[in-house]
Amino acid sequence: MAFLNALPGAVAEGLIWGLMAIGVYISFKILDIADLTVDGSICTGACVCAVLITGGMPVWLSVILAFVAGAMAGTVTGLLHTALGIPSILAGILTQLMLYSVNLTILGGKSLVSFVGGQHKLLLSMSNNTLAVVTGVVINAAVIIVLWLFFYTEVGLTLKSTGDNPDMSRAQGINVKRNKVIGLAISNGIVALAGALLAQYKGSANINDGRGAIVIGLAAIFIGLSVSLKIKPNFVVSLIGVIGGGIVYYIIYNFVILLGLKTDFLKMLSAIIVVIFLAVPYIKGEYLTKQKPMPEMAEEGYAGGGENA
Amino acid sequence: MQGVARMLKITNLHKTFNKGTVNAKTALNGLNLMLNEGDFVTVIGGNGAGKSTMLNAIAGVWKADYGKIEIDGVDVTAMPEHKRARFLGRVFQDPMKGTAPDMEIAENLAIAARRGTRRRLVWGIKKGERAEYKKLLSQLDLGLENRLSAKVGLLSGGQRQAVTLLMATLKKPKLLLLDEHTAALDPKTAAKVLEITDRLVTENKLTTLMITHNMHDAIAYGNRLIMMDEGRVVVDVSGEEKKKLTISELLGLFEKASGSEFTDDKVMLSK
Repeated sequence: MAFLNALPGAVAEGLIWGLMAIGVYISFKILDIADLTVDGSICTGACVCAVLITGGMPVWLSVILAFVAGAMAGTVTGLLHTALGIPSILAGILTQLMLYSVNLTILGGKSLVSFVGGQHKLLLSMSNNTLAVVTGVVINAAVIIVLWLFFYTEVGLTLKSTGDNPDMSRAQGINVKRNKVIGLAISNGIVALAGALLAQYKGSANINDGRGAIVIGLAAIFIGLSVSLKIKPNFVVSLIGVIGGGIVYYIIYNFVILLGLKTDFLKMLSAIIVVIFLAVPYIKGEYLTKQKPMPEMAEEGYAGGGENA
Repeated sequence: MQGVARMLKITNLHKTFNKGTVNAKTALNGLNLMLNEGDFVTVIGGNGAGKSTMLNAIAGVWKADYGKIEIDGVDVTAMPEHKRARFLGRVFQDPMKGTAPDMEIAENLAIAARRGTRRRLVWGIKKGERAEYKKLLSQLDLGLENRLSAKVGLLSGGQRQAVTLLMATLKKPKLLLLDEHTAALDPKTAAKVLEITDRLVTENKLTTLMITHNMHDAIAYGNRLIMMDEGRVVVDVSGEEKKKLTISELLGLFEKASGSEFTDDKVMLSK
């Protein structure tokens, strides 16, 4: 019963993290970059949104500006990587560290900015999970539709090919460096958008929000794709799967809390989920597959072969 | 030579890898080469002669140390790789390198069809394009015409090389660069891809540089043959002289020009 009571909240929070995971999907799956900026940019999104709303700005505008702030963070990582030649993983870590200072500055030196007590009009909040779920679904659907349209345009196709085969992309006249910057900007913009929703849902923005976000994003991606790729391996189904992965993740999360796991161990749990999803395919290939026994009379095949056109 | 456009002009090109270290290797050493419009040039040479380095220099994979490269009268020496791409069609030795495996055949072709144009926020594959691609694929005779929506990663090496060839020529390049594009294929597939190459080059009258390790192919294809050694062109034969050439004559020419014996562990002396 307690689990059923917790379900709407888990779905609402899962939708927000699913959105965040879509941002990670763009960098990790499409651009083939493990971008650690997101731990910082989700917090940036939360901070920008919280400070602007408590300062009296309309909620929609605050959310849009949170997206813009995240996109700027992604641009910084992209430029560190492409213009200054810093390895992408380090570029992300550096931006993440910079963002800690930036986020503190946005929060005005405080570690927390809360909506509590104010009469702010928010898009969603923990006190009304039904509304939160509806808002989450609407925003996720809008983001998926926009991305779906975008990735089938001329520009979108080159973004896909940039991650899929940079050599081929350059040979076809595609500016791979610029595309990486654009992709990281979009990715972190979406992550910050999720941060803005998260702050409203929780009622506050905290300087420590988003620590380990990349791991939750990856967990949602792996959980989601493990199902959606079996249904239909296309872009939209993958994105829906990723959101589903976020929801499943939060349902598991709430379930283990109800089982009595100390909340201190939740980050350990997130990491273990990712380890399992990364390790299982490797273990299968490395340790569990045996060479097929050679059939009798295999010698027959010796002279021919080689035909694979 | 009047009236014939200079498609490629390489002047005194130098490139040394790992400069200033014990591993320094001079790959191009004052290379000069001129190609007329419509030239189909086969390139042979021993280990480390600078054949692939020359193609990479033309494509702009890295900056040359010294010298000048002009394509159809445009100085491209300082142009980055993706900007030169509008002049060039390229096929690599590695069949995996020329196509995006996780994308559809049609998407790969659509990206290639827009090489050199400004990519916009309009549909990446227009109406009618698929039908056009289907027609072109059917000419390859590899059964790909009904697999437009298949991911390229599902194709064999030979099929991928054929698709890459199509991508390289879909938007007619000023210069087609083929870097031993059949070397990684089995003999039967290699012959097929070479046949497709010859047809595409002849039909579109493409100016082409084709590196090969097969001396027989080097003589059989194209209207001109160059042989490289130590970062320079040492033998350059064309027209009737090339047609009549035999492999032993070719080796003799090389030894005379370079003063050493031709060595290449990959070269195939016959077919």
